[in-house]
Amino acid sequence: MNANDFKSNDPIAWCPGCGDFGIVNALKKSLVKLDKKPHEILLVSGIGQAAKLPHYINANCFNGLHGRALPAAAGAKIANRDLTVIVTTGDGDCYGEGGNHFLHNIRRNCDITVVVCDNQIYGLTKGQASPTTDTGYATKVQVNGVILEPFHPLAAAIALGCGFVARGFSGDPEHLSELIAEGVRHKGFALIDVLQPCVTFNKKNTHDWYSKRVYKLDKTYDPLDRTAAYAKAEEWGERIPLGIIYQKDRPCYEQLSGIDTALPLCRNCSPVDISGLLSDFE
Amino acid sequence: MVEFSVKICGEAGQGTQTIGNALCLAFKNSGYHVFAIQDFMSRIRGGNNFFQLRASHQPVSCPRRLSRLIITLDKASPRIHAASLEPGGVIIADCKKFLLDANQPGIFDVPLYTIAAGFGDEMYINSAAAGIAAYICALGLPALGAVFNKIFSAKGGEITAKNCQAAEAGYKYAAANFKGQRFDCAPSAAGKYLLNGNDAIALAAIRAGCKFYTAYPMSPSTGIMTTIAEYASRCGILVEQAEDEIAAVNMAIGASFAGARAMAATSGGGFMLMMEGVSLAGMTETPLVVADIQRPAPATGFPTRTEQADLDFLLSAGHGEFARLIFTPGTPQEAFALTLKAFDLAEKYQIPAFILSDQYLADSYCDAAELDFQSPVEKRRIISFEESATVNNYKRYCLTDSGISPQAVPGWIKEAIYADSDEHTPEGHITEDAAIRVQMVEKRLYKKMAGLTREIVAPTAFSLDGADIVLVGFGSTYGLLRELSLASGKRKIGAVHLSQAWPFPSEIMAGLLKGHKRIFTLENNAGAQLAKLLRRETGITAEGSILKFDGRPFSMEDAQEKIPE
Ligand SMILES: Cc1ncc(C[n+]2csc(CCOP(=O)(O)OP(=O)(O)O)c2C)c(N)n1
Ligand code: SF4
Repeated sequence: MNANDFKSNDPIAWCPGCGDFGIVNALKKSLVKLDKKPHEILLVSGIGQAAKLPHYINANCFNGLHGRALPAAAGAKIANRDLTVIVTTGDGDCYGEGGNHFLHNIRRNCDITVVVCDNQIYGLTKGQASPTTDTGYATKVQVNGVILEPFHPLAAAIALGCGFVARGFSGDPEHLSELIAEGVRHKGFALIDVLQPCVTFNKKNTHDWYSKRVYKLDKTYDPLDRTAAYAKAEEWGERIPLGIIYQKDRPCYEQLSGIDTALPLCRNCSPVDISGLLSDFE
Repeated sequence: MVEFSVKICGEAGQGTQTIGNALCLAFKNSGYHVFAIQDFMSRIRGGNNFFQLRASHQPVSCPRRLSRLIITLDKASPRIHAASLEPGGVIIADCKKFLLDANQPGIFDVPLYTIAAGFGDEMYINSAAAGIAAYICALGLPALGAVFNKIFSAKGGEITAKNCQAAEAGYKYAAANFKGQRFDCAPSAAGKYLLNGNDAIALAAIRAGCKFYTAYPMSPSTGIMTTIAEYASRCGILVEQAEDEIAAVNMAIGASFAGARAMAATSGGGFMLMMEGVSLAGMTETPLVVADIQRPAPATGFPTRTEQADLDFLLSAGHGEFARLIFTPGTPQEAFALTLKAFDLAEKYQIPAFILSDQYLADSYCDAAELDFQSPVEKRRIISFEESATVNNYKRYCLTDSGISPQAVPGWIKEAIYADSDEHTPEGHITEDAAIRVQMVEKRLYKKMAGLTREIVAPTAFSLDGADIVLVGFGSTYGLLRELSLASGKRKIGAVHLSQAWPFPSEIMAGLLKGHKRIFTLENNAGAQLAKLLRRETGITAEGSILKFDGRPFSMEDAQEKIPE
């Protein structure tokens, strides 16, 4: 497999220069690294610019509702456990509209990888604040600047016990593709929050803004150390860390529920003889 | 005596349901047809609940207002329920404990609490009372003992033995002290099984091969989840309690897209949260089965009571226009058959299919025959695992005359499948093309509706020939309509029951109602929703509607009093 095998014919509808281009390329690279075939992968998304991404890759796609990518992805993984399920979502889609599912799917811990294209703004609806917009940033709705503290997805995920928490940058697709591949290899819910410039609506957190601040965590950083991970997750401003922030193995949903060893549910939906059960109703 | 009703009343937690159930089984096993309703408050302890069963030598399918025997387990019950005693009937009460005058007519004073104390715990009052009922109803102790052994078996030998002994003590007390006439009604051949509407839906889902059930607990739908959960490991089903109904419906859709048969159930408030998901199933053409077990609304309403007010809601649930299917089963047997059919048609047409039930049907027990569970089950409609090997050039939404594009499962075919909630091309990619939009709307709405309309479940007609008045109802009022049409009276009553509300059986209804001047709908709601639907779909205007919206089902008598002269 090479990146061309994942090429889709669907014309891309993003603005030229959008950070999402870097993410789609990184995702293709990681699929090559993982040695997956297009039909073995299911990309699930909600609604937003980021959520259009599955159309731009040759792989199975379920592009569902705004905010609801995670439950659809969990349902698909539970039903058809042989699929490699990757969610491509946005900061609004995943942390705003889908916040409750974010919380509970980290707990549920299905073996899915969640790539959040975090442009710190609502792109598709033309530039309103998202849960991760920096305080003070003014939009047509938040005319005097955002007054709230942003949501901290990485710290929240660590607090919730997420077993793989990472941050990538669309401007470094090679590094990002490594993170995504690692996330897929991790058995359980893997979160990769990807800094992504929105050239049209986020005039603060631009490619240059990110490039000046991001740095890669090196070998001296231990992602198994939860306390250190909290500190890293909160680091923002002058320096922003990229890489695997926190990692911990724990049993995933498929193992806990026992479906990992049974025939995939989707293969097993023929009519069932219930005469043995009916006797309980005699 | 051809039939009689027995009511068991007490506080929540006193076991009215346990012995109600036991008596139902004992009657059924003795050859009586039975029908039972449960009336309970939204609380775990205290309050006042009752279980009312009707036993007869012929099939019965709705409650009567009055009971011949009323068993009271707490002090409040004799006062609350005395008015529902049949003339000549008996109230069992512990007069000393309840501070009642034992010499009142109709009271059979039994020291229930003293008998129970003999077994070391007040909780045995209900079993003692069941023994008394078994005597008065001429059931015989062995019939009750056999049922007790079965239903208490999970609680261990000692508890079972004590319950049996308490029943025996009650039975013997009644044999020695009851001076009235025992009931007897020449039982005939009752059905082999006893089940309620929720059990029937759960069993049908299992039968249909549903392997993923997801829901958020909500009365009165929760029984479906607990029944499926009970058999889940035996049948290889995964039951997942979702974080909310939005997650439940989206998980079910994800699972269904990925090739599994999936289902969710809820009540009105939860269904409301599922609506966007319903629309998603319509747009992405993903099979989805959802049961709405109605309770009185708006908002939280009466959590444990009954209503039929979600009909309008389901007809238009989910934004936008797409084909859907709404079954409105009238009995547990029908709930079983139509749930099976819902799975098949949801998959055949790749649409959302709804089963509209209510608390009354969900919690009502009736006897059912072996035959009721033998409806044939269709094979799955998706491209099978084996066939998948030969699929190429697959388009998820390819245009066809039937509007149905074969459903392939991701991972099974060797190509990518694209499904989208945005308007899409036949390949499944996002488009804003006007011509494609028109084709896709025609596919999802016109073509699928045309197919569904060709396989409508016909309404059931009762005694329409020469009827003076025709009653029309849907869903849980089936039994009532049937019995009203059988009852003798001044006017000859005919009835029509709809088991499918959408697509509406317009032509069949027009044919059935042709020539009938006096048509009334009978509905457990305030808005006469069926009357409006009937007019909209057939042009037939009902003369009026017999409505009940106090959260309780119609008894025969409630309905008879409201049928106009
Ligand atoms: C229920 C619902 N509410 C609102 C919308 C409108 N909507 C579409 S995308 C979006 C926000 C997208 O933001 P984000 O997830 O950050 O993605 P981006 O477009 O920035 O990539 C909103 C509010 C919708 N489609 N559905
Ligand atoms: S609006 Fe922003 S996020 Fe959306 S495509 Fe344009 S640049 Fe990308």
